[in-house]
Amino acid sequence: MSADHIPGISRRQALRLGLALGVAGPLAAACGGGGFSTSGGGGGDGQLTFMSTQFTPVEEKERFRKILADAFPGPVNYVTNEPGPFATQVRSQVSAGRVEINLLGGIHGDLAPLADGQLEDLTDLVGELSGKGYAEDFLQLARAGTDRTWYVPWAQATYVLAAKKSTLEYLPSGADVNDLTYDQFLSWAQAAAQASGAPQLGLPAGPKGLLHRFLQGYLYPSFTGRQVTAFRSDEAVTMWEYLKELWAVTAPSSTNVDFMQEPLAAGQVTMAWDHVARLVNAPGDAPDEWIMVPAPKGPEGRGYMAVLLGLAIPKGAPDQDRTKELIKALSDARTQAEVLRQNAFFPTVEGDVPSDLPPAIQLEADAVAAQAGSADALVALPPVGLGTRDGEMSKIFKDSFTAIVLQNQDIRATLDAQGAIMQTLLDDAKVPCWAPDEVKAGETCKVG
Amino acid sequence: MTAARVERRRLPLPFLLLLPSAVFMLLLFGWPLFMGLLEAFRGPDGFTTAHWERMAGEPRFWEAVRNTLLLTAVVIPIQFVLALTMAMLLQAKPRGAGFYFYVWAVPLAISDLAAGLVWLAIFTDLGYLNSTLVNLGFVEQGIAWLNYQNPLSLFMTVVVAEVWRATSLVLIIVVAGMQAIPKDYDEAAQVFGASFWKRLWHVTLPLLRPSLQVALILRTILAFEAFAVAQALTGRNFPLLVGETYEWSVGLQNPAVASAVALVVLGMSMVVAVIYLRALRQPDSVRDAR
Amino acid sequence: MSAPAVTPSTVDTSVALPPVDRAPLRRLRRRRVLLQAACVLVTLFMGLPVYLIALAAFSSRATLNEFPKSLLPTGFSVDTLSSFLSSSGVVAAFLNSVVVGLATLVLALLIGAPAGYAVARFAFRGRDTYQLMLLITRALPIVVLSVPLAQLFLTAGLYDSILAVTLVHSALALPTTVLITASVFVSVPRDLEEAAQVFGCTRAQAFRRIVAPMALPGIAAASIFTFVLSWNEVLAAAILTLNNRTLPAQVLTSLADSPIAYRFAGGFALVLPALLFILLMRRYLLNMWGSTLR
Repeated sequence: MSADHIPGISRRQALRLGLALGVAGPLAAACGGGGFSTSGGGGGDGQLTFMSTQFTPVEEKERFRKILADAFPGPVNYVTNEPGPFATQVRSQVSAGRVEINLLGGIHGDLAPLADGQLEDLTDLVGELSGKGYAEDFLQLARAGTDRTWYVPWAQATYVLAAKKSTLEYLPSGADVNDLTYDQFLSWAQAAAQASGAPQLGLPAGPKGLLHRFLQGYLYPSFTGRQVTAFRSDEAVTMWEYLKELWAVTAPSSTNVDFMQEPLAAGQVTMAWDHVARLVNAPGDAPDEWIMVPAPKGPEGRGYMAVLLGLAIPKGAPDQDRTKELIKALSDARTQAEVLRQNAFFPTVEGDVPSDLPPAIQLEADAVAAQAGSADALVALPPVGLGTRDGEMSKIFKDSFTAIVLQNQDIRATLDAQGAIMQTLLDDAKVPCWAPDEVKAGETCKVG
Repeated sequence: MTAARVERRRLPLPFLLLLPSAVFMLLLFGWPLFMGLLEAFRGPDGFTTAHWERMAGEPRFWEAVRNTLLLTAVVIPIQFVLALTMAMLLQAKPRGAGFYFYVWAVPLAISDLAAGLVWLAIFTDLGYLNSTLVNLGFVEQGIAWLNYQNPLSLFMTVVVAEVWRATSLVLIIVVAGMQAIPKDYDEAAQVFGASFWKRLWHVTLPLLRPSLQVALILRTILAFEAFAVAQALTGRNFPLLVGETYEWSVGLQNPAVASAVALVVLGMSMVVAVIYLRALRQPDSVRDAR
Repeated sequence: MSAPAVTPSTVDTSVALPPVDRAPLRRLRRRRVLLQAACVLVTLFMGLPVYLIALAAFSSRATLNEFPKSLLPTGFSVDTLSSFLSSSGVVAAFLNSVVVGLATLVLALLIGAPAGYAVARFAFRGRDTYQLMLLITRALPIVVLSVPLAQLFLTAGLYDSILAVTLVHSALALPTTVLITASVFVSVPRDLEEAAQVFGCTRAQAFRRIVAPMALPGIAAASIFTFVLSWNEVLAAAILTLNNRTLPAQVLTSLADSPIAYRFAGGFALVLPALLFILLMRRYLLNMWGSTLR
């Protein structure tokens, strides 16, 4: 390889490389460093930016943009973000004093941590909308442990059971699938596992799964009647023993499942508990083969948890009057019914349920109504007033599950250890208990 | 030696060359970095180590440290042997080498998320691996590779996925480095009858040292950063440090502890980088000889 | 998997060989077969997952739920892929990503390659320190910097622009660019450079005529890393933009909650441009190995 030979070939190639790279500069310059608008709002001034953690899948996002366009006359950019970047964007914009987002949409767990000074006080707006018939529980959540209201209840959801109709033959005799007890539920899962030779039940125990809500909102209330104040009680120990039995007939692959609809649709499991929005795609083309039923009941009642979506305005956001108009438009009963029909989240305002629901959503709507309407229903709320430390409460339940059920550690010792962490958390936040625990205003909740 | 002294007298040039990058990094990352570091030590009443105690008091943290080190220690040697083998195979100029190289470089283009997705689709109970085993009649039902009760198979799936995902990085650096090695050396050694292994050990590897050093540093640092694929495959059962950073930062909304965990990752990376820089330093005499 | 290094001069088997001793030829053939076998084996391992992503992206939802699954395309469908590609904002996000990727490439090379040369060629005090400082940006999980970083760009008035994303991506890519180019500059024989200077080139000319062409593979390798990094980077893009998003910020974030078929379709659609880029860059990377590799 002679030295004078190499540059000859390579210079041409270098030139071509340089040319290719050189395209980037003008391109970047051409769009002024700003970029191409990706939010589907059409661009231009006067449009509102609506950032949300909900309806992120492509299809749901498209459908919701349509709903928005029909409900509100002005242009709205609907932008989605994962919860992490969502919080980052709000916090950095508010603290830099340059807020560019007009409206926020998210679950209670996304919005409540921002009530530490990142949100506008919406007490007056909620007062104006009070005729819509919001549930008192929801308004309490929206206050996030203060006496002001920080977000407007936007939509709701809950968790139910989904199962293949073919599993009904394993139902213990005399059991009503719409009114199961946890013991019958266990026998059902055991019989199904025995018949097929493999566990048939799935629980969302993956990293983003909502299994902790099964503990907080379903098992604890149903077995102990409470959530925090009975965390270490004897009833709680019984409950954990029950869960270990249930886990024995639960597919072990549940530990990396976030959305039960996938293993259900794939036939990996045939019965599961999960969030309605995470079950809705399971029936697919064959809704006739599926049932959706209320969660079982325990000795203390049928514990269930509501998921609340809210709308909030970041502190110092521009154009707040028009944003409030947008909130009102989204609080219209017809708009919310449309969200149910297309994206499977239930209304928070009173109104008629549309009669033309898609089959899978109809299955859910019936199960949800049966669950909330059952005589022994016991509503549990997600933690109220913990703010930024909301996630730590979830972690306590997840860690307890890992220790007791997956690692087979001593129940009592685990509950004592995790209970101590929980107490520290409650003391730091100085919050009173929330439903189903007895609410005593001004008194810090005590782990029992 | 003389050459080095000559360069020292002309100090401005190297600094002129370094200046843009240093200024750029400082402007962009200086302030955020400072704020991020500060966060780990700042409490409501000034300086505090509470966040560090919080972090260390968490059993999952130590599990994550162990897993991160273990995974790195297992994956990196495999990757280097594999990448070197692949580079040697290419150097032997098999028919279709261009195609082979392309396919071997392709995992580089796959994002963490897609990589986690596809390996989950392979290893899951009803996945491609079990499908193939069943189709071939090796097993009647699939094997539960990802069962949390089999830590070994769980770990092995993560190792396989990580080896796949990041070997290309080493391969490309090594191949780029090999390009610059004058063929004369290897050919001369061959003329003198040196065996393949001798040539590899005494000619190729020493000449590749700068590339291997860079590949090692980058690969180790990036290995400490890995978590998305492991999380997709194992759920919460194989915590890694950066995954814990995300958990603290996003799930638990506690930027202070997240910063503390991030600083641990940073510390580990820096220690390793210093070791590599020292241990694999190109002696100046060698540099000048060429 | 030992790799026999065969010299190019002995490769050409079409040349008639003297019939005296057939053993070396047989040995050579056996080596060729082994070499191919090894290459195919590695290719299967490296290529299979990519094939599976493509397979799943073109499968109907029902096919994805079958068991045992076929490794051959059976239920062909472009439903998920097309609904994915036709969603609003995808084209704009694609263009943003291309611009950000290429601009990042140029910026990182302009700033990084000179530094790489300095690190390779000059023995100066603080060289290791400089390299370590560079690495800090890669070694610190960027998630903990997200709030201050976003604040910085908000204050600078660059928020929600692809320029902001380009700057952050360039900073993230700088360590790889500097280190990889340095590793290649080191290998360019100094004698050549000095010889050029002896023959009357200035230092700059010697660099341009001799060093730069020989370092092209390293520059190509660094470019691949830079572009791919920028192409797949989600977090910075997600916290710095709202209405002018790149493809990963627009799409990857929506994948996590999507049904499995969409995740594959999205993953596949995202991979394609990066694959094309590597294909283009490959020739520069394999610059020196002669025509057989093209």
